[in-house]
Amino acid sequence: MKWWQRLLRRRDMEEQLEKELRFHLEQHTNDLVAKGYSRDEARRQARLAIGGPEQVKENCRDARGTRWIEDLLQDFRYAIRMLRKQPGFAAVALLTLALGCGATTVMFTVVNGVLLKPLPYPEPNRLVAVHGHTDTWNAAVYGEQNLAYPDFRDCQHSSRSLEMAGFVYSGGILGEPGVPEYVERREITPELFSVLGVPLLRGRAFLPEEDQPGGAPVVILSYSLWQRRFAGEPRTIGLSVVLDDKSYTVVGITPRHFQLDGEEGDVFTPLGQDTAGYLRKRQAHPVGVVARLRPGAALSQASAELELIGLQLSAQYPDSNKGRSFVAIPLRPGVGDVRSTLWLLLGAVGLVLLVACVNVASLLLARAVSRDRELAMRVALGASRGRLVRQCLTESAVLGLSGGVLGVLLASVGFRPFVQLWPGTLPRVDEIQLDWRVWLVALTASLVSGLLFGLAPALRAPVREMEQALRAGGRTLAGSSRRLHSGFVVSEIALAVVLLVAAGMLGRTLLRLSSLNPGVNTRNVLVTRMALSPAALAHPEGIRAAWQDVLNRARRVPGVESIAAVDTFPMRQGENQLGYWNTPAVPPENQQPLALATSVTPDYLKVMGIPLLKGRFFDEHDRRGTEHVIVIDEVLAHQAFGTEEPVGKRLWIPEMSGPNWSEGAEALRVVGVAGHVRHWGLARDDQAPVRAQFYYPFAQVPDGALRRWSELMSISVRTSIPPLNVVDSLRRELRGATGGATGDQALYEVRTLEQLASDSLARQRFLLSLFGIFAGLALALACIGIYGVLAYLTGQRVPEIGVRMALGANARDVIRLVLRQSLGMILGGVAVGILAALAAGRLLMHTVDGMQSTEPSTLIITIPVLVVAAMLASFGPARRASRIDPIRALRQD
Amino acid sequence: MAQKSDLPQGTLDLLILKIVALGPVHGYAIAQRLEQVSRGVVQVPQGSLYPALHRLENRGLLGADWEETESGREAKFYRLTRKGRTQLETEAASWQRLIEAIGLVLKLSEGGAE
Repeated sequence: MKWWQRLLRRRDMEEQLEKELRFHLEQHTNDLVAKGYSRDEARRQARLAIGGPEQVKENCRDARGTRWIEDLLQDFRYAIRMLRKQPGFAAVALLTLALGCGATTVMFTVVNGVLLKPLPYPEPNRLVAVHGHTDTWNAAVYGEQNLAYPDFRDCQHSSRSLEMAGFVYSGGILGEPGVPEYVERREITPELFSVLGVPLLRGRAFLPEEDQPGGAPVVILSYSLWQRRFAGEPRTIGLSVVLDDKSYTVVGITPRHFQLDGEEGDVFTPLGQDTAGYLRKRQAHPVGVVARLRPGAALSQASAELELIGLQLSAQYPDSNKGRSFVAIPLRPGVGDVRSTLWLLLGAVGLVLLVACVNVASLLLARAVSRDRELAMRVALGASRGRLVRQCLTESAVLGLSGGVLGVLLASVGFRPFVQLWPGTLPRVDEIQLDWRVWLVALTASLVSGLLFGLAPALRAPVREMEQALRAGGRTLAGSSRRLHSGFVVSEIALAVVLLVAAGMLGRTLLRLSSLNPGVNTRNVLVTRMALSPAALAHPEGIRAAWQDVLNRARRVPGVESIAAVDTFPMRQGENQLGYWNTPAVPPENQQPLALATSVTPDYLKVMGIPLLKGRFFDEHDRRGTEHVIVIDEVLAHQAFGTEEPVGKRLWIPEMSGPNWSEGAEALRVVGVAGHVRHWGLARDDQAPVRAQFYYPFAQVPDGALRRWSELMSISVRTSIPPLNVVDSLRRELRGATGGATGDQALYEVRTLEQLASDSLARQRFLLSLFGIFAGLALALACIGIYGVLAYLTGQRVPEIGVRMALGANARDVIRLVLRQSLGMILGGVAVGILAALAAGRLLMHTVDGMQSTEPSTLIITIPVLVVAAMLASFGPARRASRIDPIRALRQD
Repeated sequence: MAQKSDLPQGTLDLLILKIVALGPVHGYAIAQRLEQVSRGVVQVPQGSLYPALHRLENRGLLGADWEETESGREAKFYRLTRKGRTQLETEAASWQRLIEAIGLVLKLSEGGAE
């Protein structure tokens, strides 16, 4: 019989054992009777000979080999029974644990989905991203350099260890069938889906012959677009759609939640069909490259190959590729700047869990002391110390595990709302699931914490003292637990202090940031991105006319006061950072100071309410052919010219000079100085590395760049009525266009400036609310903890209090006695907590934008709140202690 | 008169295996046989017999069945398994070697004292 069989058929084994021993005894008795003993004497002798049947049975059970599991099951059942006998204690402990565990699990689910999970592609560790690398490229500012399309083709052709695919970001207007809307377009090479290892949901990927200029116009749609616009119709494959005035056939649908480079594209078209000039030259590098290592190839091999190819191209095309090399790095999910915030939140909620655990440990310890006599009895009956410890640990493990399971169940309901509440969108939000990893971590953590807080009661007293416990009233061991209890209270208070101070700091920061002047008048301003009708984009004159038409029409809309076109907008994603210098001797690219460049139409200052400090702004005389002018902000004025008068001086901006741009004119003349605008948002602007700004007229953008600029332009509108009321009329008015099919201009991403300003503080606000909740929870738990511990400790001191009262102390003295004890613990906790809070404050400063160091005022406000709350919690037990009847107290032993 | 045995645990196992090797037998019969053997030399307490039997059964050296005795009662009969037989031979052999070695050493010290 195998051991597990023996386990399951325990009752049978017990019966057999009983039967066997009984048989033995009977046989022995009969033999003795045959020898001449009386029946009773024979029976007694037989029993003595075998040495006591119960002992024998115990030894046989030990020999069975399944003892420890049986013991565990027995302990388990006993633990459940004990918990059921004290439902109040069990409920409080379970609730505390469930709350702490649930909150921590929610945070961990998010951290797991966003930061810890590998990419959702097969064999993600064999995927690499290929970047360009030039010494003069400022990767810290511009991000990693991508590849030029001809370079990409060469690399793809020559590389033996990598299977490469490329993609270019773009946009377009999806017309028929349906309402024209702006879509995110990705121009991709046919290998993309096979490199990533992602099979298309329906249809097929592009064929190599479609990836050539003049290839069949085919398009792949994203799942969400397919659902949204085509209602998930299977017959969409083969359908004809109009994209940017051109007809395409749908050949495939991507799987749900498919993301490229961390973003969901709407439509995919073959990159090779795009005949735009910038793709044929090696100067521009717009192609993002993702590649998979071929079986058997190593990353070092791939890197070496790419370096070699870089050298060859550098020699072959010295004008464009000099000094340019290519590198392959393992592909990582892009998570932006949420990493530190997520870990911070996980740490904070971990503190709350810690407080909850300390609370439960304290409860268990108090309970353990009251069970001393029971344990002493067990020792007397033969239990070993190990057995007792094991039983205590089983009880607390059961508690911990049940609390953990409850917590995970709570979290499974709660994490979706949490993700929704997150300001903005979390990256990889679709991958945030309660999967097996979260379950494993949560259950392991709750089991371990269960074992930990069971250790204190389990290891309490050595066995020999148990004897005394049986004799005395079970009270003599109180002293040793008092220090532990005080320690628990001190640590809970300290943790609560840390969270309270952190919340206070966040609150102060938010107040300060909200009062900052953004540099613009945020009331009644609307900003929306605008996509011109594709027909208007045919040639430069048409584009200028189209924009002029847009501005004119928009002015006619009732409610519109003034309107301007602008490319990069403050407190919104997107910026153009250019290097500048104040003399003709411009240093190399990576040593130039940077400024934010914004292309605008003349009414911009009026629309935004930006003050003009010196000189003038642009007007209709500033256009192609006249002197190229810029208006700088006060920060740039100070950085470039110091205390000198900037108006009339010139700035050299390499990206805006040269034959392509200013046609011979090298520099741009400063004609005015405007007030500084907090472009990076209220929280981040003051610490941003690039704060200098300047504006240049949209009319002076050269013809060659006009089409690309058009794709980036937005219009911003100052209204006399609440801005959102204007949107519909604006949309209607602007839908028609010059020279082209009516109804194919689109407004998208419509926001008000107030929303943008408020959103720039959204994360701070969110963190404040979370920390506020955590601090409140920790404070409540700490107060419950104090209440419980004090009630218990005063319960232990009842005889002493009785003596005091008999000797003349009155109620007030007793209350003072108890409160003094409590105050000692609280102040101890506050002292430790302040030190920890200062350290935590430093951590917060690193991770949250706009935080400044801990100020005494934060401490002065938050600490007394905690002390008062804790003292109030102590009042209950103090009052109860003062009501003790001294006679009963003295009699009680 | 239960007394602690001088026999180390391994020796008791060996004796049990040997007795069972002679034919299937129930626990009480083993105790009787051991009683006969030990009357002269060593006391084997019956209390440690059954734990030893069960241990040997768990290790697969003994097999057990419930059968009827002559008196019509049901008893648990133990028999030797093949594994048990091998174990018995090995143990007996090493016990024999041990005895011879001890004997040699005892003879030596009688002979020459230096």
